[in-house]
Amino acid sequence: MKSNILPAIKLTFLCILFFVVAYTFVVWSIGQVVAPNNGKGETVSYINSKDNLKYGFVNIGQSFTHDNYFWSRPSAVGYNAAGSGGSNKGPTNTDYLKSVQQTLDTFLVHNPGIKKSQVPVDMITASGSGLDPDISPKAAMIQVARIAKVRNISEEKLIVLVNQHTENPLLGVFGPPKVNVLKLNIALDNLK
Amino acid sequence: MAKRQKKVPLFERSLVNDAFRQSFAKLDPRIMFHNPVMFTVEIGTFVMAVVTAYTLLASSTSQGSPGYNLTITFILFLTVLFANFAEAIAEARGKAQADSLRKTREETPAKKIFPLGDLYVNEIKIVSSSELEKGDVFICETGDIIPSDGEIIEGIATIDESAITGESAPVIREAGGDKSSVTGGTKVLSDKIKVQVTTQPGESFLDKMIALVEGASRQKTPNEIALTILLAGFTLIFIIVCVTLKFYADYANTPITIAAFVSLFVCLIPTTIGGLLSAIGIAGMDRALRANVITKSGKAVETAGDLDTILLDKTGTITIGNRKATKFHAATGIHEDDFIKACALSSLADETPEGKSIVELAGKDVAKSLSLKDAVLIKFSAETRTSGVSLPDGKQIRKGAYDAIKKISDKEGNIFPAETEKIVRDISSNGGTPLVVSENGKVTGVIELQDIIKTGIRERFDRLRKMGVKTVMVTGDNPLTAKYIAEKAGVDDFIAEAKPEDKMNYIRQEQHAGKLVAMMGDGTNDAPALAQADVGVAMNSGTQAAKEAGNMVDLDNDPTKLIEIVEIGKQLLMTRGTLTTFSIANDVAKYFAIVPALFIVSIPVLQSLNIMHLHSPESAILSAIIFNALIIPALIPLALKGVAYKPIGASALLRRNLFIYGLGGILVPFLGIKLIDLVVAIFI
Amino acid sequence: MNSEIFGVIFMFMATVVLAIPFGKYIAKVYAGDKTILDPVFNPIEKFFFRVSGINGTKEMNWKQSMVALLTINLVWFLLAMLILLNQGWLPLNPDHNPSQTPDLAFNTAVSFLVNCNLQDYSGETGATYFSQLFCFMFLHFVSAATGMAAAAILFNAMRERTTDQLGNFYNYFIKSLTRILLPLSVVVAIIFMLNGMPMTFEGKDTIQTMQGDTVQVSRGPVAAMIPIKHLGTNGGGWFGANSAHPFENPNYLTNMVEMIAQFLIPLAMVFALGFYLKRKKLAWMIFGVMTTGFLCLVIPNMIMEQHGNPEIARMGIDMGSGAMEGKEIRFGTPASAYWSILTTVISTGSVNSMHDSFMPLSGMNQLLAMMVNAFYGGCGVGILNFYIFIIIAVFISGLMVGRTPEFLGKKIEAREMKIAVMVTLLSALLIKGGTALACYLFHRDPSLPWLNNTGFHGFTEMLYQFTSCNANNGSGFEGLGDNTPFWNISTAFVLILGRYLPIIGPIAIAGILANKKYIPESAGTLKTDTLTFGIMIFAVIIILTALSYFPALALGPIAEYFSM
Repeated sequence: MKSNILPAIKLTFLCILFFVVAYTFVVWSIGQVVAPNNGKGETVSYINSKDNLKYGFVNIGQSFTHDNYFWSRPSAVGYNAAGSGGSNKGPTNTDYLKSVQQTLDTFLVHNPGIKKSQVPVDMITASGSGLDPDISPKAAMIQVARIAKVRNISEEKLIVLVNQHTENPLLGVFGPPKVNVLKLNIALDNLK
Repeated sequence: MAKRQKKVPLFERSLVNDAFRQSFAKLDPRIMFHNPVMFTVEIGTFVMAVVTAYTLLASSTSQGSPGYNLTITFILFLTVLFANFAEAIAEARGKAQADSLRKTREETPAKKIFPLGDLYVNEIKIVSSSELEKGDVFICETGDIIPSDGEIIEGIATIDESAITGESAPVIREAGGDKSSVTGGTKVLSDKIKVQVTTQPGESFLDKMIALVEGASRQKTPNEIALTILLAGFTLIFIIVCVTLKFYADYANTPITIAAFVSLFVCLIPTTIGGLLSAIGIAGMDRALRANVITKSGKAVETAGDLDTILLDKTGTITIGNRKATKFHAATGIHEDDFIKACALSSLADETPEGKSIVELAGKDVAKSLSLKDAVLIKFSAETRTSGVSLPDGKQIRKGAYDAIKKISDKEGNIFPAETEKIVRDISSNGGTPLVVSENGKVTGVIELQDIIKTGIRERFDRLRKMGVKTVMVTGDNPLTAKYIAEKAGVDDFIAEAKPEDKMNYIRQEQHAGKLVAMMGDGTNDAPALAQADVGVAMNSGTQAAKEAGNMVDLDNDPTKLIEIVEIGKQLLMTRGTLTTFSIANDVAKYFAIVPALFIVSIPVLQSLNIMHLHSPESAILSAIIFNALIIPALIPLALKGVAYKPIGASALLRRNLFIYGLGGILVPFLGIKLIDLVVAIFI
Repeated sequence: MNSEIFGVIFMFMATVVLAIPFGKYIAKVYAGDKTILDPVFNPIEKFFFRVSGINGTKEMNWKQSMVALLTINLVWFLLAMLILLNQGWLPLNPDHNPSQTPDLAFNTAVSFLVNCNLQDYSGETGATYFSQLFCFMFLHFVSAATGMAAAAILFNAMRERTTDQLGNFYNYFIKSLTRILLPLSVVVAIIFMLNGMPMTFEGKDTIQTMQGDTVQVSRGPVAAMIPIKHLGTNGGGWFGANSAHPFENPNYLTNMVEMIAQFLIPLAMVFALGFYLKRKKLAWMIFGVMTTGFLCLVIPNMIMEQHGNPEIARMGIDMGSGAMEGKEIRFGTPASAYWSILTTVISTGSVNSMHDSFMPLSGMNQLLAMMVNAFYGGCGVGILNFYIFIIIAVFISGLMVGRTPEFLGKKIEAREMKIAVMVTLLSALLIKGGTALACYLFHRDPSLPWLNNTGFHGFTEMLYQFTSCNANNGSGFEGLGDNTPFWNISTAFVLILGRYLPIIGPIAIAGILANKKYIPESAGTLKTDTLTFGIMIFAVIIILTALSYFPALALGPIAEYFSM
């Protein structure tokens, strides 16, 4: 044991130099070139409701609760991007089931004419990160009627918009289709 | 091979009675402690007895009714008793077998010679055999029972050993050499011998074996120890399962009775194998004993199952003791019938097996037509190395080895015929022995002698090969002959022109390559090799030194016994393995019987887990522990007889046993518990 | 929907296809053969050994290797404690996060040291960039390499010869780092950065959302850490939501890469064993058993999650995308279900969806995956765990064919059984005992703020925590309020025991066996590379391990399932 301690300490020191300092530096340097926005996270600009030019992160979901925007999914952390997390509610938890029912009821109140059976499950359940940037195409479609009414835009136009912003599965074959809510809503604002 | 295996019914009445008494005696915790699995069951029984007493006195129903608790206590008690019975019956059977051997050596009068001063004076006193000590000398005359194991130091005698071996033909024993050993209990049929006692009273191999079987000196074999560790490990795991379950149940507000905990525990631990483990070990030694093999330790039997290489002597094992004449080759110009007649004539009075076989080959008719009147018989002598007959008409017929006859032929000035010389060579290269015949110094032909390979020996070697055991033939023959016989008999390798140290070297060499080697021997010069071999089987007729060196003694003096010993060893291990598998596989069904029963009162939804649709929680628990108890006696016959070994290769064997004992072990308890539950439900 | 199933199948196949050649490469690295990266790393290694005063070519016996392993692990532990207790004032802390409390630091240090990465803190607030890189990422590298070096010693010991010279721990350790983990990490990091994973030393950004709310967005040099987090089956993420976080796993492609990355080395180790020992059939047998176990767990999970929560289905909504609580849209239900089993069979413990919200029996399968902990298993240690099962299966089936049990020409006797049994016992004791202790405390004082869910599910949360710790997995039913002294300290001890004994045990067995006489195979020898033997191992795993948890599972997920 004793004879191993000093070599172990020296080796640890070298490992830190090489696998932490040097490695991180190499990755960071490559990132400066290849990563979007120099590795600070891909951003997108918009005029927000206070009429200021602002930016958000494409990958970080935002809370959309106003009727004139496509809503994002419920979030257990209220889209707090400095404290991600899910609800961690068990499937038989009665309080949880009550809150899901409430979310559903609220959604139905805001979207008259939509039948319960049309509401996709992702619209009433919280995501794992609480920052899910996407909703399913179905979830976008059932909001079209509400937004058309609030914004006074034809539903056809909105359907085209949603379709335009529906990202197909990877290479067309892997994974689910999805709609980035932030991008969709920016496009919605830009719609004349 | 089971020619003389003594058939005894598995459960003979007297043995059962004895075993029954013993199973109670074995309840002593100090004895139970050596079997960790069953010891915990005994503790469980004790706990349940206390719980039963509590329920009787406290009139509280939280632990179930007194009747229910009492029933469980009783069944647990039976479980322990059954396990003890298994061990006891195995012991009783072994003891009975040993006793029948021992009977032969009960108090017999011995004619002991007392030394006076430094000289042996033939002062003979009759003492009891039990008073004989190592080094004492006694004499035995016609009709005497030999009182003790010993070594003949003077004289020669025919001895009836049937009491030990079951073989009725008498054997000859004489001082000096490899046939000097006599066994206590055998009978002298003729002549007189002086014998020196070689063992202390109570220390003969048989005594040792009896002690092994009786358990007094039985030590666990390495495999048994490893298995016990594994089983103890399982037991501990299930202790953890049951103890922690108490806390989980508290969290879930699900009260569980002590009876249910104990039952769950007893059902899950491997009681089946735990209860039968020592019975299997004893039965293995017992089987060896029934095959007339005395083992010095249980380990030797186990090792036999692992053997990789077996050294076998050619003579007596692979071939019938002696060569036989198989063909007459007359020389050119000699009439075949005349040659045969001459051969028969020269052998008519020859008492050697070869001589007899020549007459036999010539045929009865030829033999009848011949007369030896006034003929002079020439016996084989080391000097001339020929034998034969000189007829009244002056004809001198001689037969002998090639070079001996050639010498005669050369002396007479005759030319040894070339074609005969060729025949001689051919016979040699085919593993035979040529016996050249001459008439008045002129070569008339050759008699071909061949080793006769025992019938069925090839199949035996095939069987051994399939078991993964390599057979090696040891012979004094030249390599050419040895190779021929080796091929014909189907052995894998041979040692030709073998000297005792060759055997030793071969064993060392194999062991160095990591193999386990067995050999059989009888002579004193075999002793070092017997000691070196992992399994050394000494013949009972062999010298004391050989018997001391080996770790088994074959009472039958049967050189093919090794094959049987290998199978006994394999059976022993297999029986342990399969019953372990069976025992563990049983847990699947028991979980599904007991776990729902534990919880359904408080958590009714778990009724869905009751896939066997058992009547009630109580009946489910009772059925499971009743099954658990009954399976032990049900498997005693299998434990005692051993799982049949089939040399079909390890993978096929595993597939077969896994199917029967693994899958069977999963399915049987489902059926058994359900059936028992149907019966139990009537009473609840 | 088909595209989601297809994506999962592709991920699995792709991993297998990559793992075979990669296994061959690993075998070469450990055998000391020439490999492509020698010119780059040979001089660096020499420099490392020279400066540290280590003779990398000196053969060690198993005990010396274990002493070396434990010593250097102790050094790392002290270093990690030092960093975590002082991270508040150390550099690279742009968000001004505080130092960890002693019990949390103890738990965190141990947890990363043992390749578990249970995170009782949340990355955004409980750690700094310095501790993430110099403590967590450093331990990601070296703890994975520790497990791999142990596996390399095992490989060496399984060769057909008699020796106590089983290679050099330091050499295997450094080789694992330089030849396997580091190059792969760089490649994977580049893929991640191309897909928008952040790699910045700037602190939190404050943005205004479209609706006008002010939100802070945590960032960091994430792309450096996440590759090794998966390649080393560590699982400790940068953010609280782990790989469900959009910065830690931005899209379906990165999700695939993360899954393949965590699966690659455990799988390749199996093939490496085959190449190293020149017993490919043995490797395929092991692969077969592991894959069967994996599929038995993952397929029901995908079906149950796709089916969704029946309680929610009763509300009459469109259940098309399954059980979406705790799952991300961009991954979908099948890929999340697949990940949840993958991360638990191997000991990663990273999550891309919240396990607490899975269906009851899906949760049970995650538990079973960790209870067995040998269907692939962790980086290097998976094969060590599987080795124990092989030893027990060989013992029982060896007896069944009438021969003293032997594995690869070495007899298995009492001493080896004792160690194998002890290792098996230990995991049973740690999981069941730990949960029992928690149950006892909670039963005594139900006001403890531990459980996010009551009843059966609450029990499962506690069971999951100890199971995850014993398996050095690190995933959690995160509803459990585990940043308390009880959980921090009790789980830390489980972590230590659950890590080092299952490394030392198999290595000790292998070391003892290596020293035994080699017995050549014969027709009577049990072949261990056959289907039958595979079935035997599988049965041993199911009956000895999985079934012994049946009573506990009946009170947790099974009861919850039937009550739905």
